[in-house]
Amino acid sequence: MSFPWAKHYEPKQPLMRWLDEKLPVPRLVYNAVGAGYPVPRNLNYFWNFGVLAGAALGIQIITGIVLAMHYAANAGVAFGSVEGIMRDVNAGWFLRYAHANGASMFLLVVYIHIARGLYYGSYKAPREMVWLLGVVIFLLMMATAFMGYVLPWGQMSFWGAQVITGFFSAIPLVGETIRVWLLGGYAPDNAALNRFFSLHYLLPFVIAGVIILHIWALHIPGSNNPTGVDVKGEQDTVPFHPYYTAKDAVGLGVFMLLFALLLFFSPNLLGHPDNYIEANPLSTPAHIVPEWYFLPFYAILKSFTADFILPAKLWGVLAMFGSILLLFFLPWLDSSPVRSANYRPKYRGFLIVLLFDVILLGYVGGAEANARNVILGQIASGYYFAHFLIILPWVSRSERPRPLPGSITEAVLAKHGGTSPAQTALASN
Amino acid sequence: MVRAISTLVGLAFVGVLALALFFTAKDAIQNPAPEAAEHEFHLHPRDAALSSAGYFGTFDRRQVQRGFQVYKEVCAACHSLKYVAFRDLKEIGYTEAEVKAIANQWVIEQPSINPDTGEATTRKNVASDHFPSPFANEVAARAANNNALPPDLSLMTKARHDGANYVFSLVGKGAYRPQPAELVEKFPGAKTPEGLHYNPYFANLNIAMPPPLTSDGQVTYTDGTAATHDQMAKDVAAFLTWTAEPKLESRHAAGFASVIFIAIFCFLAWGAYQNVWRDVKH
Amino acid sequence: MATVEDQLPPGEDPALLQEEVHDPRRRDFINIAAVSFAGVGAVAIVLPLVNQMNPSADVLAQSSTEIDISKIAPGQAIKSSFRKQPLFVRNLTPAEIAEANKVPLSELRDPQTLAERTKPGKENWLITLGVCTHLGCVPLGAGEGENKGPFGGYFCPCHGSAYDTAARIRQGPAPLNLHVPDYTFNSDTVVTVG
Repeated sequence: MSFPWAKHYEPKQPLMRWLDEKLPVPRLVYNAVGAGYPVPRNLNYFWNFGVLAGAALGIQIITGIVLAMHYAANAGVAFGSVEGIMRDVNAGWFLRYAHANGASMFLLVVYIHIARGLYYGSYKAPREMVWLLGVVIFLLMMATAFMGYVLPWGQMSFWGAQVITGFFSAIPLVGETIRVWLLGGYAPDNAALNRFFSLHYLLPFVIAGVIILHIWALHIPGSNNPTGVDVKGEQDTVPFHPYYTAKDAVGLGVFMLLFALLLFFSPNLLGHPDNYIEANPLSTPAHIVPEWYFLPFYAILKSFTADFILPAKLWGVLAMFGSILLLFFLPWLDSSPVRSANYRPKYRGFLIVLLFDVILLGYVGGAEANARNVILGQIASGYYFAHFLIILPWVSRSERPRPLPGSITEAVLAKHGGTSPAQTALASN
Repeated sequence: MVRAISTLVGLAFVGVLALALFFTAKDAIQNPAPEAAEHEFHLHPRDAALSSAGYFGTFDRRQVQRGFQVYKEVCAACHSLKYVAFRDLKEIGYTEAEVKAIANQWVIEQPSINPDTGEATTRKNVASDHFPSPFANEVAARAANNNALPPDLSLMTKARHDGANYVFSLVGKGAYRPQPAELVEKFPGAKTPEGLHYNPYFANLNIAMPPPLTSDGQVTYTDGTAATHDQMAKDVAAFLTWTAEPKLESRHAAGFASVIFIAIFCFLAWGAYQNVWRDVKH
Repeated sequence: MATVEDQLPPGEDPALLQEEVHDPRRRDFINIAAVSFAGVGAVAIVLPLVNQMNPSADVLAQSSTEIDISKIAPGQAIKSSFRKQPLFVRNLTPAEIAEANKVPLSELRDPQTLAERTKPGKENWLITLGVCTHLGCVPLGAGEGENKGPFGGYFCPCHGSAYDTAARIRQGPAPLNLHVPDYTFNSDTVVTVG
């Protein structure tokens, strides 16, 4: 694992030597995120988002454990217990707002992390497993976020649970049976709330476990970099600590700053007013929307309005799940040997279109379902599928990549405009 | 092989979407969606300009207390405030003794059990009690209100978009008005039904609540402020902002300290980063 | 082992670097400052996480209880509750008062007179928590027909602590007398505890 020039852990104090012999956890940390992990020297700020996602998960787990000490998962009292947290528990409002907005920060960071992977080809060989585990983490996060949103038992919680479990009723023959099994009843109620709470508490630890696998898989080939060029030698890398710990600290500071602004000054900005109304099974809010991070997928769901062999509802559900599941096949859909989009002009163009496409889907997902918005959503959904399933496979075969730099070091020096004998010597190697 | 399969799957999705798009467009042209009255006649809330608005907002305690008086004398007859306790009133400047007196003199009593017979009864409120609901249950509330349920007001300003301004506008001067003639002319089906009241700040324009504030001086403020219609509406909006977000002031204060602290950390971290990387081009 | 200092990436002019670093110790100060700041921030975040476990405002608000004592005959006791803990209110008979008063203080593990444990003029009203000072069980003796133990007061069945008619510890492992909470007589028949 890792490169031959990686530094080795050499404990100096007797206590650490003793510990290293019996249980080499410090060595593990040293090799994972310490000086023992050589990392390309040219990583940009987009490489902060992995660590930020880890930090966000940590924040969610800590605030979540603490909130669970006060929350009551019972349909009769859940809403009131959340209000009790907001009003009576010491610093309860802080913990609850931190957890609610922390979820948004976590998803935001993870979306940027995924976009980074798409742009710089981090999903390609030899890092396919890193990508696959990442998609698993994303799916687990979506499940966790959804179930967490149900817990306050407001109107959006209830109707979100109703709509999302309703997806399963689209499955032919057994759909309704599965829906009733998931809910433990015919509509979301105590049984559903209790199981969602149980799973919402469990899944973050599963996520943490898969993250360990994700990092493990990453450390075998080592980190990708903005050029996508493989590490050629020691001059291409720096030790993770102190170089990237220092850089991640900057990123973490900016993250915390944004988080604090959201938490303390606009804690309900990303929420929905209807969730401050207690769940009422007899009255649906005028405008049901999921949280912002699910809006693009919701738009895809809503775009399938015509029956064609299968009923429209089933198409919508298939497409929505398909839009995420297709990410599992991405390493094989893209056959280009070049990783970074910086050297793939056509792919880069389509990827930028995809970015705006997903933003448009997000807008449509939250907007009123009038003809204009539905048509926009259908066009945007069409591009989403075409991008991954049609454009990407063909472009990756036909495009002519720009010339790649000979090495990471060469790219760095070219950026700084320096031409020194060392660089020429290196280039000729 | 991968390319062929993925292209087929992709074409299937795109094809179904194209079909859906065709039908959506056709339908939109053939049966254009009818205009809705609430689209055209709904008004955005007026600005109540409360001191609690904005990033450095704090409560104007005298105003919140006046708003409490409006709630007590006007709203409390129908609307509960179940997530707020009498003891919470200390936060808006009432003393312990005043809170006890308010609880003790509250017209609606707490449901209780007679200790001798076990029968349901009521007792006087104490400071630790939450505000009692004016109706025993939802059925009773609907029965007394023409089948409309007066919503709980504890969270009202957070449960509506732009809540404080919404409350102010909804009960403020001129909100209740005769339905415009052009509305009825354009949408004959949208005539305000019997028993409802036209109010352009309400989402569907027709609200079940009769005008709660009707004239200047409806409440006589103990602090001598002139109780104009808009003043009372503004004050009750301020009170309900507090009931929905009682920790607003500590939140703003903690936020101010946190943001400064984190900003300094960012600055130091940036310096440390430059320092660590000073020898390495990247 | 290779370190960053002696493995300058090619293309860097070592002489230039030497010039830049005038005072390495001043340079490193900023690293220490950043790490310290992060530490202070972490501690600041721990405070609310710890504080949230303290009693919440609704729990603190229910810290006083009113008790109607008009129906307790001499020799009887009732169990009520105060802060979710059992509370014993006992109307002592003159014989029980006399028995409590004749015990010399030197014999007591936790010396207190009955007068110190009751209100002046109301020596017959013994109000204590029903929580054994050993490990928190509820002693017997307040209910009708319960075992009052060898000293006629209360008896804890868990580990055999026996309390006398002034609810003072006389035998068994408990270290202290049953706790007397703060209370006031609102009238002859109503007591506010807390």
